[in-house]
Amino acid sequence: MINKTVTSVQEACEGVKDGMTFMLGGFGLSGIPENSIAELVRRGVKDVTCISNNAGVDDFGLGLLLQKRQIKKMISSYVGENAEFEQQMLSGELEVELIPQGTLAQRCQAAQSGIPAFYTPAGYGTKVGEGKEAREFNGKMHLMEYAFKADFGFIKAWKGDTAGNLIFKGTARNFNPNMAGAAIITVAEVEKLVPAGELDPNQIHIPGIFVQRIFKGERYEKRIEQRTVRPRD
Amino acid sequence: MALSKEQIAQRIAKEVKDGYYVNLGIGIPTLVANFVRDDIEVEFQSENGILGMGPFPYEGEEDPDLINAGKQTITALPGASFFDSAMSFSMIRGQHVDLTILGAMEVAQNGDIANWKIPGKMVKGMGGAMDLVASAENIIVAMMHTNRAGESKLLKECQLPLTGVNCVKKIVTNLAVMKIENNKFVLLERAPGVSVEDIVAATEGDLVVDGEIPEMTL
Repeated sequence: MINKTVTSVQEACEGVKDGMTFMLGGFGLSGIPENSIAELVRRGVKDVTCISNNAGVDDFGLGLLLQKRQIKKMISSYVGENAEFEQQMLSGELEVELIPQGTLAQRCQAAQSGIPAFYTPAGYGTKVGEGKEAREFNGKMHLMEYAFKADFGFIKAWKGDTAGNLIFKGTARNFNPNMAGAAIITVAEVEKLVPAGELDPNQIHIPGIFVQRIFKGERYEKRIEQRTVRPRD
Repeated sequence: MALSKEQIAQRIAKEVKDGYYVNLGIGIPTLVANFVRDDIEVEFQSENGILGMGPFPYEGEEDPDLINAGKQTITALPGASFFDSAMSFSMIRGQHVDLTILGAMEVAQNGDIANWKIPGKMVKGMGGAMDLVASAENIIVAMMHTNRAGESKLLKECQLPLTGVNCVKKIVTNLAVMKIENNKFVLLERAPGVSVEDIVAATEGDLVVDGEIPEMTL
């Protein structure tokens, strides 16, 4: 088996440079590559473009990179409650491109699959469609959208093996599988890392071919954004 | 009496049929799940990657790896499934989801909807709303009939930036149930005790009132 393991998050992030484009998995704070983000903050890499569904909160997730003003541009579908984000966007310091969530996912998927562009009905007739090629299929208008191009993809899985095979858990899966193999280098961090052969091949969500580097995250906070519960009867 | 938000949700729940896969937006639509009859089988989809979404967890059983599209902790019902974001939107764009219920700031009489951006205010993004409205065959909008300034939200043309064009089929507000047909709102039902005149006065767009309009039952 080809061994994809790196020994540390530092080694996993080797080669990141100022001005690069990163893809980062996660929905809200669920399934985000916490350890890779911490290392990007530590390295102080700046002027980066981040493709991520959300932008974290003030003091967690991508909010940590925003705090240090390391992000030049965000490509997201929803940027929620983040005062730092709002302040940087309003001052013009931070460029923001908002795109429909399904389009974001499919632009990752297209990059993974070697499909340069595709048509989707989402956003036709809205600001999202301005300047884009529109075409009618089956009596309905669609927009042409391009596959993303990114230098590094940082994704997070629940379990992985040394061959880079990945298994996700719950809704922490979200954009992570779509971003695997969608950037030049895909860095996967996992909560549990096992020797190749220990995972049941039937249960693998993403085969190791899409992953260049895998490591076990040192610690996971796994913060909950909206804790909602119901009373016991 | 105009309906409360819970009653709007209760009325919309009657549109949910046995065997439906349903996507609920944030706000009033989320409440619909509380009112669906328990003698029918319905599965709720949340676009972040779950089909078969259950109620909120009991305290102490919250799982950071199990949330809905509003980032709230949830549970998965027996028979639920998890999937990635691209597959989630395959369900939506591929029209496998039977019914989409979402909120709106404005709806126009041609079915245009605006629900993501108010000029001058912090833009939070459209999330999955543009994919949902562009794809779903069956879209019901749940909203108040007028905004906080008392202005109609049912317009000839939307003033706010659009989320989608020609897509809304049905609207349930605190005053009325309407459908959209031939580029006009058509009044179907009125809230208990609300007169047709009240509804006409609160609707800026063209509203067709044909014959006796029944009171809605919840």
